[in-house]
Amino acid sequence: MTTQVAETGHDDHAHGPAKGITRWLFTTNHKDIGSMYLIFSLIMLFIGGSMAFVIRAELFQPGLQLVEPNFFNQMITMHGLIMVFGAVMPAFVGLANWMIPLMIGAPDMALPRLNNLSFWILPFAFSMMMVTLFMDGGGPNFGWTFYAPLSTTYAPPSVTFFIFAIHMMGASSIMGAINVVVTIVNMRAPGMGYMKMPMFCWTWLITAFLLIAVMPVLAGVVTMMLMDIHFGTSFFDAGGGGDPVLFQHVFWFFGHPEVYIMILPSFGVVSQVIPTFARKKLFGYHSMVYAIIAIAVLSFVVWAHHMFTVGMPLAGELFFMYTTMLIAVPTGVKIFNWVSTMFKGSMTFETPMLYSIAFVILFTIGGLSGIMLALAPVDFVYHDTYFVVAHFHYVLVPGAIFGIFAAVYYWLPKWSGKMYDEGLAKFHFWVSFVGLNLTFFPMHFVGLAGMPRRIPDYPLQFADFNMIVSVGAFLFGTSQLIFVFILIKTLRSGKAAPQSPWESAEGLEWTIPSPAPYHTFATPPKVD
Amino acid sequence: MLQNVRILSVLLAFFPALAWSEWEVNMTRGVTDTSAAIYDLHMIVFYICVVISIVVFGVMFWSMYHHRKSKGAEPHPFHESSTIEILWTIVPLIILIVILVPATKTLIQTYDTAESDIDIQVTGYQWKWRYKYIGQDVDFFSVITTPSDEIYNKAEKNPNYLLEVDRPLVLPINKKIRFLFTSNDVIHAWWVPALALKKDAIPGFINESSTKINEPGIYRGQCAELCGKDHGFMPIVIKAVTESEYVAWVAEQKALKQKEASASQKDWSMEELMAKGEEVYNKNCSACHQPTGVGLPPVFPALKDSPIALGPIQDHMDIVFSGKAGTGMSAYGEQLSAVELAAVVTYERNAWGNNVGDKLLPADVEKLKGGK
Amino acid sequence: MGTHQEYYVPQQSHWPIVAATGIFLTLGGLAMVLSDMRQNQDMGLSLGVFLVGSLVMAYMFAGWFGNVISESHEGLYSNQLTASFRKGMGWFIFSEVMFFAAFFGVLFYVRVLSIPWIGGEGDKGMAHMLWPDFAAQWPLLVNPDPEKFPSPDAIIDPWHIPLLNTILLVTSSFTLTFAHHALKAGNRAKIKLFMLVTLALGITFLGFQAYEYMEAYNHLNLTLETGVYASTFFLLTGFHGAHVTVGTIILLVVFVRVLKGHFTADNHFAFEAGAWYWHFVDVVWLMLFMLVYVF
Repeated sequence: MTTQVAETGHDDHAHGPAKGITRWLFTTNHKDIGSMYLIFSLIMLFIGGSMAFVIRAELFQPGLQLVEPNFFNQMITMHGLIMVFGAVMPAFVGLANWMIPLMIGAPDMALPRLNNLSFWILPFAFSMMMVTLFMDGGGPNFGWTFYAPLSTTYAPPSVTFFIFAIHMMGASSIMGAINVVVTIVNMRAPGMGYMKMPMFCWTWLITAFLLIAVMPVLAGVVTMMLMDIHFGTSFFDAGGGGDPVLFQHVFWFFGHPEVYIMILPSFGVVSQVIPTFARKKLFGYHSMVYAIIAIAVLSFVVWAHHMFTVGMPLAGELFFMYTTMLIAVPTGVKIFNWVSTMFKGSMTFETPMLYSIAFVILFTIGGLSGIMLALAPVDFVYHDTYFVVAHFHYVLVPGAIFGIFAAVYYWLPKWSGKMYDEGLAKFHFWVSFVGLNLTFFPMHFVGLAGMPRRIPDYPLQFADFNMIVSVGAFLFGTSQLIFVFILIKTLRSGKAAPQSPWESAEGLEWTIPSPAPYHTFATPPKVD
Repeated sequence: MLQNVRILSVLLAFFPALAWSEWEVNMTRGVTDTSAAIYDLHMIVFYICVVISIVVFGVMFWSMYHHRKSKGAEPHPFHESSTIEILWTIVPLIILIVILVPATKTLIQTYDTAESDIDIQVTGYQWKWRYKYIGQDVDFFSVITTPSDEIYNKAEKNPNYLLEVDRPLVLPINKKIRFLFTSNDVIHAWWVPALALKKDAIPGFINESSTKINEPGIYRGQCAELCGKDHGFMPIVIKAVTESEYVAWVAEQKALKQKEASASQKDWSMEELMAKGEEVYNKNCSACHQPTGVGLPPVFPALKDSPIALGPIQDHMDIVFSGKAGTGMSAYGEQLSAVELAAVVTYERNAWGNNVGDKLLPADVEKLKGGK
Repeated sequence: MGTHQEYYVPQQSHWPIVAATGIFLTLGGLAMVLSDMRQNQDMGLSLGVFLVGSLVMAYMFAGWFGNVISESHEGLYSNQLTASFRKGMGWFIFSEVMFFAAFFGVLFYVRVLSIPWIGGEGDKGMAHMLWPDFAAQWPLLVNPDPEKFPSPDAIIDPWHIPLLNTILLVTSSFTLTFAHHALKAGNRAKIKLFMLVTLALGITFLGFQAYEYMEAYNHLNLTLETGVYASTFFLLTGFHGAHVTVGTIILLVVFVRVLKGHFTADNHFAFEAGAWYWHFVDVVWLMLFMLVYVF
């Protein structure tokens, strides 16, 4: 894919950024909004991370040392919610905002004002959610999955605020997703067919579709909670003919596609980065696209594998076990394709590549433990233990978060016009890598040995591994300060970056100067 | 195949670090046929995963070593091959089917709850378990006994820290036992690793599971579904005994019940009620209302200086007996004996400076129990 | 190749941040009101916050849409941009479909699974031992726990008001389509007439629906507190009614714009968006009528 016209100029109509705070409050610029999303996500990462600190500090040794069980439960709940809705998802939307218009040669997102609204809902929504921690009775303490009736009849009074905060996040996600879909469908430069789109755009197109399909379902389930709490309905109460398990079905109908929402854009990032540093085209582009579509379709029919122990009828249990196993096939195809892209390439190992390789390895480990968890009879033992915690942190931390790090290092020169410090960045990678594995690998062991998740205190036989896990978590958490340092250093004193800092990077984003001008592709480029 | 898995796991046991109980890294094989089947399945899929990782990561590391630019590697332009794509779609599919055959068999095995010898209704409460032997007139609560001094690091922790209860679930070996799980409040999950049995206890519904224990012993487990504040403090202890010991135990339980019934007819003194009340309170009430009666408002109100504890004794009795709908306060009328109810109400009215001075007699509670 | 004006990217706009603030105040205020109600507290302040939020929202909608309308009149919107609007509206309606799908899923679950189980049928019929007096039935006229959830006396008869409402709503879909054809043909008088008829039908529908609710509460003892039949009934019909209300407001605005002479035969996105939305609530109603009322 090459461009005939590298349109960079902008005329009288396209101003630079406005001065002062209104630049950010009133902006319609996809780059500004992308930056705001990314910064917001970084702040949330640290808030959610400090909650993980509290959790791991309490679990450093058996016994109750620092916090009371009720506060501990609030910490695990908020850690989950903030990381999912505050850190990972906004980071992906930020990347989408920055990169999709640049990659498809669009002047901006399709609906720029709506785009700004999607972002600005988030700070309000998270304020509303976090302020519950200071309310009478404390914040949400029922886990990020908020199973009824613990989250309804037995919830603290602040749950109403939690429900409306979730509604706001949902509205923001739906609007953001509509914007992405419309941008990709309607704004591609002439000549850029769907099968010529960069893989990142493909993964985001599917992600946005999933978001539009399932966020309303989340809104539905929290609405039913609200009705049960305040208006006496009985959706989740057998006394009125409802069923607490119904909550879980509706929640996971949202929740399972949601976990793919948190991984697909990372697939996209890695599919951009690996070919660049292997100096070879992505292997099996078409099968990659079909694999994403297959994963997305399957994600709607696997939800109850989160619920193998709720006592579903045997037929349901078998159905969800089989469909879940099927997901391994398209996921495997993606992994094989990435490995084949590296095979017989000419590889160098800059930081984005290191993160991408770590992504492939560690995500595969998380995927394999996913296959183990998919087996219903064995899941009777794994379910709700630290084995599950290990599994989903292996797919989310080296999956989603490493994907985001890879993206940031890969495109930071384009965003800022400055090169980051490669030595420091590699240091950040290695410390993160060691810290991550030290944190999450031993969780497999304590889980198999029988430690339930979400407990503030544990029997003595789990003490040694828990101490290691906590040390790893402190290392991993602290090492993210290096990341902040690298960002600041790059912005303040990084070397000027060339238009295309990577030797064989392809795509429209590398045909514009670094930093990317405030307005790009006001005239669409032609792609052959 | 299964034989190989067993040999491998025996070999693993000789590996010193892994055999050390404190560094337990794998699932227990358990003491039932089902748990053994599940363990074998776990090991099979684990080894398959190991082989897959070795192949995938092997190719990857080999490429990373040999196809480096610094070694002068030139990129090869190939980037598409339908044959290989189809191949690596089909091969994993076959592997999955191979895994799914034993998985399906084991799953069907775990769903067999027909023709049991003993039926036990297991009810989850915040935060304790209740065991009702159906048709046996044996029905009791099982509550954690780990002292709070151990939890708050004021005393040394005993080896069964957090895994000890006042009354274990006593089960005979070699009998098919069917459990009927339900809950009184939120969702709990009853989990004993040695039985490879984990089932959610859902309010208003019943989940069935069965087990047949092969070896006598003490098996410990924990609640596995977040159920509120003391989710980490509602352990399960099973005492698996021979059949004759089990029969003796059941008879003993029945005698105990008789004794309890006669105790309620006795005229209890204030001191006796207060002493008994403190014991009952600490076991059943202090998790929410706190040992000092100050509660955790607003969810768990204080009892010290509360209008209920200082008001008419009949209202106080009613709320303890019938609970309060829509809150965590459950109905203790069916959970506690008349003596325990009388004692705890008396205690709440006269402890922590609540010096009301009146007392409730077990005989009066008995009347109320009869009336409802 | 055109110029940059091919796709209009607006300059700064303060409406998004106003909207975010409005949403925050409205929902925050609502949460405060509900919390106060639950704890029997004075809710003056909470209602105030809610009210201010609603006013901010009303101001925002008026301002934002006004802004878009005037941009459209200035001719800033290319075909590609209008296509963005259309596609955005289409996907928004899809998200609404999923919202209703969740509630229909709930209806399916309680009818086909949970109530039979509680009544002793099916794979989990063992639950019946906890509710020995309960017999599975739909509509659920006796709840498993009649003390906690008093039972309704009767349900709404589908062949009276609901049938009438079905006819009203289906007719309104037709009249709206006639209006659309008239718009394409440039017949202004005919547009106005058919839009007016559509609006009248929609408002009548809402009136009937309100009457039905009053009937349910006052005479049938069918309230939110009377078990899961009523829960699903009110949630589905209630959210549908809310959507009809929104649809009516959209059509009202479109009608006013028609009166002001807006829209041309080939440029009338707002009209189309309103019409799609209206057809969508119509289809939802047909599903509701079948699954909630009739069967």
